[in-house]
Amino acid sequence: MNKSLKTVKPYTKQSLITYVMLIAVFVVTLILRGSGNMSYMMQDLLVPLCVYAILAVSLNLTVGILGELSLGQAGFMCIGAYSGALFSNLMEEAIPEAAIRYPIALVFGGVLAAIFGILIGIPVLRLKGDYLAIVTLAFGEIIKNICASVYLGRDAEGFHVSIKSVSDMNMASDGEMLINGALGINGTPKDSSYEIAFIILLLTVVIAYNFVNSRTGRAVMSIRDNRIAAESIGINITKYKLITFGLTAFLAGVAGVIYSHNFSTLQAVKFDYNMSILVLVFVVLGGIGSIRGSVIAAVVLTLIPELLRETIGNYRMLFYAIILIGMMLITSNKNIKDKLSGIFKKNKKGEVQ
Amino acid sequence: MAILEVKNLSISFGGLRAVDEFNVKIEKGQLYGLIGPNGAGKTTVFNLLTGVYKPTSGAVILDGENITGKSTIEINKCGIARTFQNIRLFKNLSVLDNVKAGFHNLNKYSTLEGILRLPKYFKTEKKMDEKAMELLKVFGLEDEASTLADNLPYGKQRKLEIARALATNPKLLLLDEPAAGMNPSETQELMDTIRFVRDEFDMTVLLIEHDMKLVSGICEEVSVLNFGQELAQGKTSDVLNNPEVIKAYLGD
Repeated sequence: MNKSLKTVKPYTKQSLITYVMLIAVFVVTLILRGSGNMSYMMQDLLVPLCVYAILAVSLNLTVGILGELSLGQAGFMCIGAYSGALFSNLMEEAIPEAAIRYPIALVFGGVLAAIFGILIGIPVLRLKGDYLAIVTLAFGEIIKNICASVYLGRDAEGFHVSIKSVSDMNMASDGEMLINGALGINGTPKDSSYEIAFIILLLTVVIAYNFVNSRTGRAVMSIRDNRIAAESIGINITKYKLITFGLTAFLAGVAGVIYSHNFSTLQAVKFDYNMSILVLVFVVLGGIGSIRGSVIAAVVLTLIPELLRETIGNYRMLFYAIILIGMMLITSNKNIKDKLSGIFKKNKKGEVQ
Repeated sequence: MAILEVKNLSISFGGLRAVDEFNVKIEKGQLYGLIGPNGAGKTTVFNLLTGVYKPTSGAVILDGENITGKSTIEINKCGIARTFQNIRLFKNLSVLDNVKAGFHNLNKYSTLEGILRLPKYFKTEKKMDEKAMELLKVFGLEDEASTLADNLPYGKQRKLEIARALATNPKLLLLDEPAAGMNPSETQELMDTIRFVRDEFDMTVLLIEHDMKLVSGICEEVSVLNFGQELAQGKTSDVLNNPEVIKAYLGD
């Protein structure tokens, strides 16, 4: 056999670098926090950072690997957040042990988001480019608005639902509000911790790399690179689009569950299009198709406005915008890019970073 | 028995009859040429055979099985693979991965087995790697296995496209202008490769080509299309000397 043929490994060089990098950062933050060298603000940011990184990595599967622009990420996150929080609130008595309840909530929220993702994907993935972006944006907003207008309560008689008002539910006065319309869900157990959020981020990254470097990932990337040729070698376009869209929604749902279990109150307003655009910004500036880049961009771009808040206060969004524009110029301008590629060696083998 | 039998194949786009009553019979192991002036409908015939277009009327029978009107994916599974006039590679994948994508329906494991890295993943990927390297060696591409397909020189991109098509283990290989843009020595090399593929894989090849040196050099039989209609058919040397054919190419 040819000597250039290596044995099949469970990881690539690029994925290994990312794993090591992530674990190193995790250890450093743990040491900093343990030794009391981390501000409270930073400590509160650790879980949201993991959530944003998971969202960015999962969106990158659709945007970078499948090559379709989706702006519905916040909608799927919303489904995960609501269903996970609702599950935990309902099961708090039945399963008092958080170590059992929380993983079930994570899977439940993820699966529900994936089901919605696939259901929405069936009609929507026939569209391409800008059209797909607009329709996914609309679906995200629809999900958010439905979640923000639902009233759900429970009393001795059972569940009461309304999409109008509290009084419309006809619930007994001793009943318990589960979803309170625009006020959302209250009293979700605070099960998320940095350690758990990090482990799930690491799992997400492993799933993303394993997905890309497999038969499925190859099929998805061949659809991205040339649809007609992919069809000519017998690759089912619809199937692989739906698988990718479903996986993206699943991971976004899981991120939503972590998010909802980090705060005791949850409001659907949070999951508006700004959130979807923010995640897309992470993906684009981190490098479309680069999983490591998505994680780095999510962390850096979440930290910058927070760190600027301490130093320049009200002007921080101005500087944030300048940094964003600067990054866009650097990553998209061909002249600057060519100069930079001389400094950093280019990835010539097409291995996904 | 003929491996491909096309009966009265026709397609109309609005009022234009792009292919009109096309008939052909190709025996197993044959190198068959499809020639004609620009716009004669040659690529349309390929698109009809591979299910990109659905024929208005007529039938396509592959190895005794009627595949008329089936989808591109089904037709590929039945055993027709093709290359394209304008190269369509998976540019951002490595050369090896381009060929491995061709094994998609032959060596399978599920998405979950891939994500969880179950033993079947390693077994299947190893088998795919070996098969892909063997195929690349046939085309002299084994040293470029890890290069991005986009970074290959033109001639090698054409070869890779043939390798990818062969990876799907077809009964019939359709080549759409394989020598387009090649210099004479590259064309000569390509002719040897096509002949080699036919002998090595026991393949039947139907090709569209404008380079008459290639056509007369390797095709045993040819069909000539002009304005969607069949002008002539038969032994290559006879057809190329047919006055009607010369007139179609050179004008009056």
